[in-house]
Amino acid sequence: MRHEAIEKNIGLMIILIIVALSFGTLVELVPLLFAKETHEPIAGLKPLPALELEGRDIYIREGCNTCHSQMIRPLRAETERYGHYSVAGEFVYDHPFLWGSKRTGPDLARVGKRYSDDWHRAHLNNPRDVVPESNMPAFPWLFEDEINAEMTGKKMTALRRVGVPYTDADIEGAAAAVAGKKEIDALVAYLQQLGTLLQTRR
Amino acid sequence: MASFWSYWIIILTTVTIVGISWVLFANRKREQQPTDKTTGHEYDGIEELDNPLPAWWFYMFVISIVWGVGYLIVYPGMGNFAGAIGWTQVGQYEKEVAAADEKYREMRDRYLALPVEEIAGDPAVRKMGMRLFANNCSQCHGADAGGAYGFPNLSDDDWLYGGDPATIKATLQNGRQAAMPAWGSIIGDKGVADVVQYVLSLNGRDTDAGQVAAGETVFKTYCVACHGPDGHGNTAFGAPNLTNGIWLYGGSKEQLTQTIRAGRNGVMPAFKDSLSEDKIHILTAYVYGLSRK
Repeated sequence: MRHEAIEKNIGLMIILIIVALSFGTLVELVPLLFAKETHEPIAGLKPLPALELEGRDIYIREGCNTCHSQMIRPLRAETERYGHYSVAGEFVYDHPFLWGSKRTGPDLARVGKRYSDDWHRAHLNNPRDVVPESNMPAFPWLFEDEINAEMTGKKMTALRRVGVPYTDADIEGAAAAVAGKKEIDALVAYLQQLGTLLQTRR
Repeated sequence: MASFWSYWIIILTTVTIVGISWVLFANRKREQQPTDKTTGHEYDGIEELDNPLPAWWFYMFVISIVWGVGYLIVYPGMGNFAGAIGWTQVGQYEKEVAAADEKYREMRDRYLALPVEEIAGDPAVRKMGMRLFANNCSQCHGADAGGAYGFPNLSDDDWLYGGDPATIKATLQNGRQAAMPAWGSIIGDKGVADVVQYVLSLNGRDTDAGQVAAGETVFKTYCVACHGPDGHGNTAFGAPNLTNGIWLYGGSKEQLTQTIRAGRNGVMPAFKDSLSEDKIHILTAYVYGLSRK
């Protein structure tokens, strides 16, 4: 075998390593990029309205996804606690998705409508006020800071470019929809719609 | 999956398996015993022996490849080919759920048929109820059901909407929406201050006599509809008793002022779409039992 030709020619070796490694990607990942299951929204799924969209960005900014997953696996132990397992069609408008991979706190994929708005506000202001054993950080500044309404429409335009079906009316009305709202309003609105489309009795 | 991508997966997987098998066998040495032959590399007098791969290692590779082929025959992996045993992730999940349903059905039906009062003391029901409570209720009402600011204590015998089993069950199923209006703009700052004094007087606390008299007039005009003429509340509206010293939003003068001025709209979520009937029944028994120790 011509080991020497490869071992002494680093450029060729790099190319051959990439070829060898790419088979896994080509087989397991590439077909999903074109699969119907991952592109078809489930019945009733709509792009997030302006306020909820801003809430999602706050969720990302505060790093909620580092401690909370949004992905219920098809295991009875999970569906008993959280509800129907997550399906691909729920995430087609998520850029990027927020599935997460660590559960320091509980999964939030179906947290919507599970608690009252008041609870979310009290809990985000200081989690220990309602759950004494909680180790989640407090987010008091969300009650002070206002949403930057100028950016909302631009965010929608950017998302439309990657396939989220926002209409012109959505984008024009975005600034008015979030004007004067506090960050907490946006985040609670985002949380309260999470996973509400697939409802089953546990 | 479109058949193009199915073939894409089948062909690439086959090419990979054939490819790694070829690499493994084509690099196998003819002589199976170690020799003194070197690779010809030499660094500062240190040479590299050119020995065959140890047999255990070689066969580990072979076993891995055979295992992989077997896996692709039994389980779905080759594009649209469903696998010999027809396994699916959702199928396995549904089997798991069906097995659990089968296992617990008899017990659930037995408890569901019994009235709440009768099973509330059952240790098994209390244990299940505690788990269900911890998962679904404790976030607001506390792990000990002691409540929190804005979330009622369920372990005492004071009830906003009533503590009989049917009412507890209705609360769990349909949720509750409290509707204490904001009175600030209606009765004005002075009216609010007077009513606060009157409510404090109902609890036997230090008050200003003049303000109490004025507050009573306001109370009898506006508050009486829900809280009743003597301030004992009304479970039909979830209007709390204002005379027993139990405060959902705090009983300080400042907190009462805020409550009356801005109103309170506590929400209990509905669980009838997310929890099954038997679980609601057991939770009802657990909550009912909490205040009857």
